[in-house]
Amino acid sequence: MTVVASQLFTGISIGAVLLLIALGLALTFGQMGVINMAHGEFIMAGAYTTFVLQSAITDAGVSLLVAIPVAFAVAGAMGVLLEFLLIRRLYARPLDTLLVTWGVSLLLQQLARDIFGAPNVQTRAPEVLTGNTRIAGDLTMANNRLFILGLVVLAVAALTVALRLTSFGRRIRAVVQNRDLAAVSGVPTARIDRLTFFIGSGLAGIAGVALTLLGPIGPTMGTNIIIDAFLVVVVGGIGHLRGSVIVAFVLGVLQSSVEYLTTLSVAKVAVFVAIVAFLQWRPQGAFTLRTRSLA
Amino acid sequence: MSTIRGRVAVLCAALAVALVLPGCGSKTGETTSTGVTIDVSGDTIKVGLLNSLSGTMAISEVTVRDAIVLAIEEINAAGGVLGKKIQPISEDGASDWPTFAEKAEKLIKENRVGAVFGCWTSASRKAVKPVFEENKSLLFYPVQYEGLEQSPYIFYTGATTNQQIVPGLDYLKAQGKKSVYLVGSDYVFPRTANKIIKAYAAANGMTVLGEDYAPLGSTEFGTIVNKVKAAKADAVFNTLNGDSNVAFFKEYKSAGLTAATMPVISVSIAEEEVKSIGTQYLAGQLTAWNYYQTTTGSANDKFVKAYKAKFGADKPTSDPMEAAYVSVYLWKAMVEKAKSFEVEKVKGASDGITFQAPEGLVTIDGATQHIHKTARIGKIGDDGLITEVWNSGGPVKPDPYLKAYPWASGLS
Repeated sequence: MTVVASQLFTGISIGAVLLLIALGLALTFGQMGVINMAHGEFIMAGAYTTFVLQSAITDAGVSLLVAIPVAFAVAGAMGVLLEFLLIRRLYARPLDTLLVTWGVSLLLQQLARDIFGAPNVQTRAPEVLTGNTRIAGDLTMANNRLFILGLVVLAVAALTVALRLTSFGRRIRAVVQNRDLAAVSGVPTARIDRLTFFIGSGLAGIAGVALTLLGPIGPTMGTNIIIDAFLVVVVGGIGHLRGSVIVAFVLGVLQSSVEYLTTLSVAKVAVFVAIVAFLQWRPQGAFTLRTRSLA
Repeated sequence: MSTIRGRVAVLCAALAVALVLPGCGSKTGETTSTGVTIDVSGDTIKVGLLNSLSGTMAISEVTVRDAIVLAIEEINAAGGVLGKKIQPISEDGASDWPTFAEKAEKLIKENRVGAVFGCWTSASRKAVKPVFEENKSLLFYPVQYEGLEQSPYIFYTGATTNQQIVPGLDYLKAQGKKSVYLVGSDYVFPRTANKIIKAYAAANGMTVLGEDYAPLGSTEFGTIVNKVKAAKADAVFNTLNGDSNVAFFKEYKSAGLTAATMPVISVSIAEEEVKSIGTQYLAGQLTAWNYYQTTTGSANDKFVKAYKAKFGADKPTSDPMEAAYVSVYLWKAMVEKAKSFEVEKVKGASDGITFQAPEGLVTIDGATQHIHKTARIGKIGDDGLITEVWNSGGPVKPDPYLKAYPWASGLS
């Protein structure tokens, strides 16, 4: 019983991590349709921001909390810069966007290597986040994973509110659903694109901060997770935040359950097979966006 | 709709290329049945340095290259080898095994080097082994490995299993640990090591409560740590490699497991790795090696001082670096004993050569081309350095096929 409960928690927290790294992508890839291969490097930028802040602010707890908004701004600014310099010239040319952003991703990795060195760096986690919380009997939940779960819930809630209830969110949705009609209705599409890219990239920065609690911080950390992030968005259905949320948790629980019964390698294969089978059945993903756009 | 599907297709294709690309580009050169002659003209002797200077292994292999360079500079300052200065030619294996084979071929055939120092992963060693054997050229391999190999053209200066894994198990047994859980990366070294551990456990009254492998580079350890915790083993034997260690130890601490309740003994975590994982997560855990920066002795004081002076005071020295440094001196001693750079003569002179290394006295065993090394169990301290808690009392004779251990008879 304890094992089932703690495995379920592990699955949910794997899902939370997946969702956190995919959330920004759900916006830039899912909503705008930009295949940004450098998204993983924005996550890396968030992680290194945490590292840099920690050398300035010695208290691990304070520096972690400060890192969240700062990483959002740093990664967001990098995103805007990328959008402004390169991506906006390549809208509707997905293959070129992909190659260009891949190049940018390699450049950013090398930049990180030159600035911070090839070996991984470490941050100190606040002591409370390295422990766990006893739920009942032998059942414990890791505090860092609870923290990440909370962070994801907050991020999804904030994003949903922003997209549903603000005028800026309405504009984003208008541009996504029918760019031309939005433009003739007076929506400044170029500015909206840039803002969307800022938020999407900023969310990658926050994911980077969270990942410092779980794994290594190094120049290649972004490449290791970018594929998982794309999978979540593709399976969830492009243009739908809800799809990414559900798929992230389903994949997390699926992976941890299969892994418990077999091995990690088998679980990874099982997840991939499940995804391939699912996309055969529903190539458009779990949810589809119905638009009147002809594109 | 069609554009979305088109985009997904493009994305999938790109990701597939990204996944497959590092494996491409293998090339096999033409082979010769006779050895290549070494270039002994001029007043220098060339040697090859074959390490990954880029890619995922660069973190570790660059430090090994640095240690080799240090040894070469010291030897040159003292007059060189047989009156010739050593001229290092460095090649980048780029963490890609076919590239290692290509570069080895280049060093042997184009540069006609006297010997090559390098390689880290067993995969890279296995990739270059046929190249050295076909061309009858020498490789010095400085990293602990899974044993069960004895190439006539490779000298192994890192530990084989009976100088690292077996002493690690002996230590656990002496500490009264009756059960272990095995966690490792999914490739040749951990799988072979665990086979040996299971055979040892069966013969020594230890129980193996579980065995789990994570793909190299994997950083999701929630489930594995849950399994380890549920198994309630006395200790964990860790053969994970690289980044996975960071995620594993973070998860381990989060699950409330500590060095006091369930110690982890690791065979791939040296001083450099401790730095990047964080002592917050590692303090008190155990490692099995043959050398630590804190190892006492004047040879080590000199080595640590020289290394820090050249590469920076914050750079720790580690076991593979030490083994690489030693390998250059051993080659020099062999050449001087043979009074020749010729491979067969150098090999023939190897047996019994000793060197006062930073780790203590080492001796080449000519029959296996491995070296006698002292085994050391260390405990990771709050300062990130590892201090010895046990040693084998003297150099252990290398036994790559574990012939002297009856329980290992079914392994090789």
